[in-house]
Amino acid sequence: MDRIPILKMGRCLLVTIQVDLLDQTALALQDDLSERIATTAAQGVLIDISALEIVDSFVGRILGSISGIAAVMGATLVVVGMQPAVAITLVELGLSLAGVRTALDVERGMSLLQADERSRGGD
Amino acid sequence: MVTKPPTPRDALSGSMTLASERDIVATRRLVRELTQELKFTLVDQTKMITAASELSRNAVIYGHGGVMRWEIVTNGLQTGLRLAFEDQGPGIPDTDLALTDGWTSGTGMGIGLSGSRRLVNDFELRTVVGAGTCVTVTRWR
Repeated sequence: MDRIPILKMGRCLLVTIQVDLLDQTALALQDDLSERIATTAAQGVLIDISALEIVDSFVGRILGSISGIAAVMGATLVVVGMQPAVAITLVELGLSLAGVRTALDVERGMSLLQADERSRGGD
Repeated sequence: MVTKPPTPRDALSGSMTLASERDIVATRRLVRELTQELKFTLVDQTKMITAASELSRNAVIYGHGGVMRWEIVTNGLQTGLRLAFEDQGPGIPDTDLALTDGWTSGTGMGIGLSGSRRLVNDFELRTVVGAGTCVTVTRWR
C-alpha cells in the first residue's frame, strides 16, 4: 500500500496528496499524522489537496477526523488547494467540511498557521 | 493502410467488477476517461466521478461486491453516461430512509446515496431485501 510522505518544516507538518487515494491510504495518513504530531510536537499541519481530482464523502470524513485529532493534540490543521470543481461537487454532495480550516493555496495556508502560532504566543 | 485494432472504448457499453478498494479507484479512473471522451465539462466530470466513487464504495462495502455496468446513451440530440451499480448484498429495507441525508447503516457519514443523487440528472434505486441493490445513475452532457 502507498503511504503518503509527511514532511516537517519548523513546527509544521506538510502533506501533499499526489495519488488517487485508496481508502486504506487515507486511513493510514490519519494514523501517520497523529503519530508525527505526537513525536514532533507540531503546532500546525498543512495538507495540500490541489492534485486531488475528487473529494468524496470518505475522504471528506477523514479530513474532518484528522482536523479533530490535530485539535485535541494541540495542532491546527489547514487544508489547502481544493480545485473549484471539487469544491462545487463537495457542497452539492452535502459536505461542507465544517470544522476543517481551509485556505486557497499553500502560501495562504502557511500564513494562517504562522498567525495561529503567533497568537498562541509561541515559545 | 494499417487499421488500428478496436479499443474497448469503441464499444458503447461495458462492465467492471467491484470487489475491492482498488476497484473503487479503478471505477473513478474509468468514469473520468468516459466523461472526458464525452466532453463533459470539468465540473460535470467531477460530479459523475464523485457519484461513481460513492456508489462503487457502497457496492464494495455494504453490498459485499458487485459489478458496475456503463453505457453511453443518447436521447435525441443529448448524449450521456449511464452507470449501474449492482450488488447481491443485503438490500436496503427502507429506501426513503436510505435516501435521507445522514442515514447510515455502516460507519460512513450517510451521505453517499443521498448525496450522489444530487450529483446526477437521473437516479434510480432498486433493492430487494436479502437479494441485492442496483443503483442506476445518468448524467447528460
